[in-house]
Amino acid sequence: MADYHWPPAEKRSLIGKPISRIDGPWKSSGRAKYSYDVNLPGMLHAKMLFSPHAHAKIVSIDTSEAERAPGVKAVHVMTEAGNEARWAGQEIVALAAETEDQARDALRKIVVNYEVLPHLVSDVEPSKAGQNVGKTNETTDGQADQAFAQAEVTHEGEYGASVINHCCLESHGQVSVWDGDHLTVYASTQNIAGVAGEIARALKIEQGNIEVITPVMGGGFGSKFGADSWGVACAQLAKKAGRPVKLMLERDQELMSAGSRPSLYARVRVGGKKDGTLVAWSSESWGTSGPNPGGGTPNLPYVIRIPNRRVRHTPVLTNTGPARAWRAPTHPQLCVITMGALDDLAAKMRMDPVDLLLKNIELTGPLAKTYTEELHKAAELMDWQKKWHPRGDKSADHIKHGLGVSIHTWGGGGHPSQCRCTISPDGSVEVSLATQDLGTGTRTVVGIVAAETLGLPLAGVKVNIGDTKYPPDSGSGGSTTVGGVSASTRRAATNALNQLLEKVASSLGAQADELEAWHGQIRVSKNPAKAISWKQACAKLGATPISAMGERGQRDDLISSGVGGAQMAEVSVDTETGVVQMKKLVAVQDCGLVIDLKTATSQVYGACIMGITYSLFEHKVFDEQTGRNLNADMEFYKLAGIGDIGEIVVHMMTGGEYDKRGVIGLGEPPVISAGAAISNAVANAIGVRVSPIPLTADKVLAALERGGAA
Amino acid sequence: MARRDEPKKPRPDGGLDGAPGAEKSKGKGAGIGRRDFVKLVGGAGAAVTAGVLAGEQLLSAGAVEAQEMGVVRGKVLGPDPVAMTLRINGTAKNVKLEPRVTLLDALRNHLDLTGAKNVCDRGACGACTVIINGKAMYSCTVLAIDVADRPGKPGADIRTIESLATGEQLHAVSAAFVENDAQQCGFCTPGFVMACKAYIDHHPNPTHEKVIHELDGNLCRCGTYMGIRKAVVEAAPRMKGGQA
Repeated sequence: MADYHWPPAEKRSLIGKPISRIDGPWKSSGRAKYSYDVNLPGMLHAKMLFSPHAHAKIVSIDTSEAERAPGVKAVHVMTEAGNEARWAGQEIVALAAETEDQARDALRKIVVNYEVLPHLVSDVEPSKAGQNVGKTNETTDGQADQAFAQAEVTHEGEYGASVINHCCLESHGQVSVWDGDHLTVYASTQNIAGVAGEIARALKIEQGNIEVITPVMGGGFGSKFGADSWGVACAQLAKKAGRPVKLMLERDQELMSAGSRPSLYARVRVGGKKDGTLVAWSSESWGTSGPNPGGGTPNLPYVIRIPNRRVRHTPVLTNTGPARAWRAPTHPQLCVITMGALDDLAAKMRMDPVDLLLKNIELTGPLAKTYTEELHKAAELMDWQKKWHPRGDKSADHIKHGLGVSIHTWGGGGHPSQCRCTISPDGSVEVSLATQDLGTGTRTVVGIVAAETLGLPLAGVKVNIGDTKYPPDSGSGGSTTVGGVSASTRRAATNALNQLLEKVASSLGAQADELEAWHGQIRVSKNPAKAISWKQACAKLGATPISAMGERGQRDDLISSGVGGAQMAEVSVDTETGVVQMKKLVAVQDCGLVIDLKTATSQVYGACIMGITYSLFEHKVFDEQTGRNLNADMEFYKLAGIGDIGEIVVHMMTGGEYDKRGVIGLGEPPVISAGAAISNAVANAIGVRVSPIPLTADKVLAALERGGAA
Repeated sequence: MARRDEPKKPRPDGGLDGAPGAEKSKGKGAGIGRRDFVKLVGGAGAAVTAGVLAGEQLLSAGAVEAQEMGVVRGKVLGPDPVAMTLRINGTAKNVKLEPRVTLLDALRNHLDLTGAKNVCDRGACGACTVIINGKAMYSCTVLAIDVADRPGKPGADIRTIESLATGEQLHAVSAAFVENDAQQCGFCTPGFVMACKAYIDHHPNPTHEKVIHELDGNLCRCGTYMGIRKAVVEAAPRMKGGQA
């Protein structure tokens, strides 16, 4: 009988190899149908009116003229009169019309009277935020004051990360279709089950009457877990009109309302011994998550647990679009603050920052050995020893070069997941589970695990995901999907295989537990010549397919959690223009047992590029006078282009001890360090800290004026 | 409500607004860009509701582009839908559209050709890239009526990503995207594939260095540029081999 454990390296045909994603041809030929692409007979197009004011009471809403406008079939008020709009962009009314343009025309005929209220859109420090502050929280460990008194070198500085957007290329939204009491939702989501549940609760219908379908989706990055107000509105418009309705956010709404990453700024004091041993940390931080206070006290310092610390945090409430989980929530911000402060302390000590990290590596806890290996590997790939210079490029040229380093961590683990594996008498295999592929390669990973387990080529397995009619899985977030689906799929496929082995054992003159599936055959493990083909074996099933379930276990030993990761950045800075250019980014990453090396590597490349983008370009900009988001478009909300990223080198830590940890998620960790590594590289180049990220030209020039060593 | 009637702005980095990479080196000196032309015709709020003005002001502002686009002098069309014929992927398609409808919306909402994506809807990201008369163009900044048939003159040759694959056989660029994992969520991918194809059509010997300068008219959020760089270089010789 086959057991659940991952096969040893020499017994892996597919796992860990670079394999092209199985939905690749579908996507690159333009045939993949996203929610935005669903066209149904009689379908209406819905658009939403949003508040132009950052803070206002809605006095009255008159939709009567809009209801009579050409093509309009249904109108739904999303925020009733009497309520407040708390950011410019908050949705007020949705309506559905025959064409997109008719819907836009009709929105202009809606009359909303607002009583404009005072607003704050800038994430200023708490002392300047008036009433718009939340409760201050403080966390302490050890004796920070005593430790500072004993520190031989201390450094104080300010670090931070501005508010940015998710900017999913496929905007949020869905197509909703009623058939009697049954609702089908083609949703662009990271969480098909969650969307079904939320709509069911809002409309007070049974969840079993809702099917959510998401075969592909155009990016989420943490912002697409819920049905959202527009998911509910779309279903209601479809009900009112008696026709299918498509409601996808327009780009400005996507950027104003559909997700932002909270800002975090901190005044930091950090102290150590002359030999680099870190002894004390204190920080006063603030930041905004929009109109609601964010999570608790930020867990500073990040990764390196300095024994004595005092951490104080005050949320600032702003009239801006509410924050949502953004790939590795809070980690990039904590990382840029911590690693920036440590880098500045190292400069003050005239230490190489890699040496400072290695000196304190035991403070990282159980991953100390991993970090040590990763830092050495990254240094080798960056040629750090040869290229690094003390702070401030002393060359005469106005183009300054610099290097920076950072390390990061993430948990991962596996979310709850069930999978069904069906083996048919004709030899065909299907694995089905209600997960979703965000572009991370989930569909491919499920296929690889099933095919490997059954000794088949990848093409021998059909993968069914992205539909709530399949066995329940969970939302895809926090790097938990690959753990969940690989465990449930491995168990389902193993259970199905064992049923097959029972059926064919007698024909091979062996016991089922003496058999194995290998390279398209069922064979006797200790006598491989005794074998029948997969097809012959399945033919012995008669008329009845095998169907077996598998579930991720409570403490599943196929998977685990907790990874490290090290990144090093090389930049050049033009001290005349302030422009920072990426030269090279090295990312060394562990994630336990890699299922598909190709899509795993792509995750890291992609995370690096996203990291470069938020380090250099991204910033959600508001006008304090009008309260409006000034760059809710893609000309001025800047994403890196193909020429902006320099060279990127990715190295995955695999084999040996890494494989033994089982499968661990990878989506979040590699996006964390870039901000810190790039920020530190700029400081190394020009001799002065530029903060907060993004490191735009204006901030670089301002920092140089304050006193760069360049 | 400031929405689609907001004036369109140039890219802050000084890049050529609107034109995909393959077009970047050309047409800069023609006085008025293609996107400015579209702006004049369809971008201004008044023109949108009053129908397309195809008269003297327009020709004086951009006579070259107007003639190239085949605008008929002096005739006012719309605002109601008008019958037109679009030549898409070698087939004449008869549609009835309001003159303000962009080529992108015509493809996606009226012809169910959904490969070209609507992302920024204003010429910044390239997800809607199609090939018009051999050039990569942003279909969100082209009005359908401007590339449709005119009396005595066939409309532009419009190629969408749906024309690339024949049956199960992928186009060389699409295949190179799969092989090099130059796609994640895949939403920017069709636009990128079309931009890459047009680029290789005009530059059969791309290098990594050239690609990073010439293909920056398309944006990806997942971060697939490393794969795309490799895919373009790898696909070019295969296209010469007759797979184009």
